[in-house]
Amino acid sequence: MSLLNGRALSLSRGQRPILKGVDISLQPGEMLGLIGPNGAGKSTLLRILAGVIEPDAGELTLDGQGVESLPHQARARRIAYLQQLSEIAWPMSVERIIELGRTPHLEPWQSVGDEDREIIDRVIRQTDLLAFRDRAFNTLSGGEQARVLLARALVTEPDILLADEPVSALDPAHQLDVMNLLRQHCESGHSVIVVLHDLSLAAHYCHRLQLLHQGTTLAEGSSETVLNEKNLADAYDIALTKANGNALKPTSLPWRRLHKDE
Amino acid sequence: MIAAIRQHRLMLSLGGAIVITALLSLTIGSQPLPLMQALQESFGEKPGVYSLILTELRIPRTLVALLAGASLGLCGAVMQSLLRNPLASPGLVGSASGAALGAVITLYFGVAGLFAYALPLGGMAGALLATLTAYLLAGRDGGTLTLILAGVAVNAFALALVSLLLNLAPSPYAVQEIALWMLGSLANVSRNELWILLPGTLLGWLLIWRQGRPLDLLTLGEETASSMGADLPNLKRRLFLAVALAVGSAISVTGAIGFIGLVVPHLLRPLVGYQPSRLLLPSAMGGALLLMLADMGVRLLPVQGEIKVGVVTSLIGAPFFLWLILHHRGRGV
Repeated sequence: MSLLNGRALSLSRGQRPILKGVDISLQPGEMLGLIGPNGAGKSTLLRILAGVIEPDAGELTLDGQGVESLPHQARARRIAYLQQLSEIAWPMSVERIIELGRTPHLEPWQSVGDEDREIIDRVIRQTDLLAFRDRAFNTLSGGEQARVLLARALVTEPDILLADEPVSALDPAHQLDVMNLLRQHCESGHSVIVVLHDLSLAAHYCHRLQLLHQGTTLAEGSSETVLNEKNLADAYDIALTKANGNALKPTSLPWRRLHKDE
Repeated sequence: MIAAIRQHRLMLSLGGAIVITALLSLTIGSQPLPLMQALQESFGEKPGVYSLILTELRIPRTLVALLAGASLGLCGAVMQSLLRNPLASPGLVGSASGAALGAVITLYFGVAGLFAYALPLGGMAGALLATLTAYLLAGRDGGTLTLILAGVAVNAFALALVSLLLNLAPSPYAVQEIALWMLGSLANVSRNELWILLPGTLLGWLLIWRQGRPLDLLTLGEETASSMGADLPNLKRRLFLAVALAVGSAISVTGAIGFIGLVVPHLLRPLVGYQPSRLLLPSAMGGALLLMLADMGVRLLPVQGEIKVGVVTSLIGAPFFLWLILHHRGRGV
């Protein structure tokens, strides 16, 4: 049985349909890449899965149980959502912001305990944020801020992490770090749905891809199945160039982090 | 850990300052009050003039300043955190202007003179009605900007109606009565006002109790907060009602008192690491302290009659707020 299952999810804004009966499923330990051109409905689908917006029609189940029947906090413990653009209202410290990720595990009268503190410390190390933990969030660069927000989602230790373009503000090295962290999250038995624009990263890291186009699923399966010339032409209106396929114009793609693999 | 120690120190300092200011507030006034003698008289067989001043005037006045100031400071912190906007004041969604309109209506139609509770009850009804209107205008799922705009519209309409009533007032005496009430004062506060203030204030505070954590989550944005378990429609409803009750009760008794709800959270926010949940209690304490100090200040000023406390808070608050903006602008906060 799938961990998360969405059936015929539809949503319109006024007369404009955004999602037109999309199916989606996620297995335990799986990393699913949602790809597609701008306006395909990827972020909207992710927001529906996160429970931030409700679909006009369709059904969403978690372990076979309707998601809408779960209390807010119980759902938040199992599904974490990393927003595409997040503006922090107050210049709180990095550590305080990451700490907020433990909120779904705390009762209203509880504060962060030793066990929570251990998880927070581990994630701060994993995300390479030790040097920034006392800094105010607004003094960090865009890439550093993106890592803080990822750390905030990781400390929740969710069964499912939904990440909307988590690498779009990062340099190539940190893009690979973030993708590796998402993979690690999967390897520890959890699942990830990640929206990506970088098709090479999607092919390299995701177990499975789902290509959305104009609110419907155009293709779904392994990267070899999905990323073919026809699908990419239909969805993106682009022609495909294989890496190193043209000796005169070699294509450079970030593929692996050198110093960490040594 | 260090943050927790710093927070405790801040609360202890504010608590100590409140106790000292409250004791001083009992002794200061047109008639200096020997506190020990007044206390002895109060517990003696035959109450004297000092005990009457203490129990009928000074204690109610001090307690009303403490409670109303605390409500303004607390609700300022709540509104700024809820709307994620440092310029939000407790009255932004209509509670203060609604209370003013409700109270002015009772003054205009002469109902205020019929029984003691008429004016504050009118004020509270106005605060609740104005807040409800702003809430309904913004809609159940209204975003922050929609809420602020709805509040601005309701405030503008309520203040326009107040102006209309001033314009149509039947006599110069009525105009003066309305205008003086609107300046905000604790001069004529008695035990009655304290009892009127208490229920709405306590109920409002109770509704805010333990809502700090969802306010912390709102720092990350509405969608993220919602995905992390915050029930935002319920939170907004609850906090709007709380602010309407607490601020409505305060303004109904004291008249319009500006800037406390805006300035106090600003002043204290850096001291609590900018975290909304840690700001609530210190803001309440800071508001109480500031209003008590301002009220003591108006009693000490060597002028004929007494300057209204609402005038003093605005006179101090506005330049201070300007200084804060200039101070923070350089730091990019």
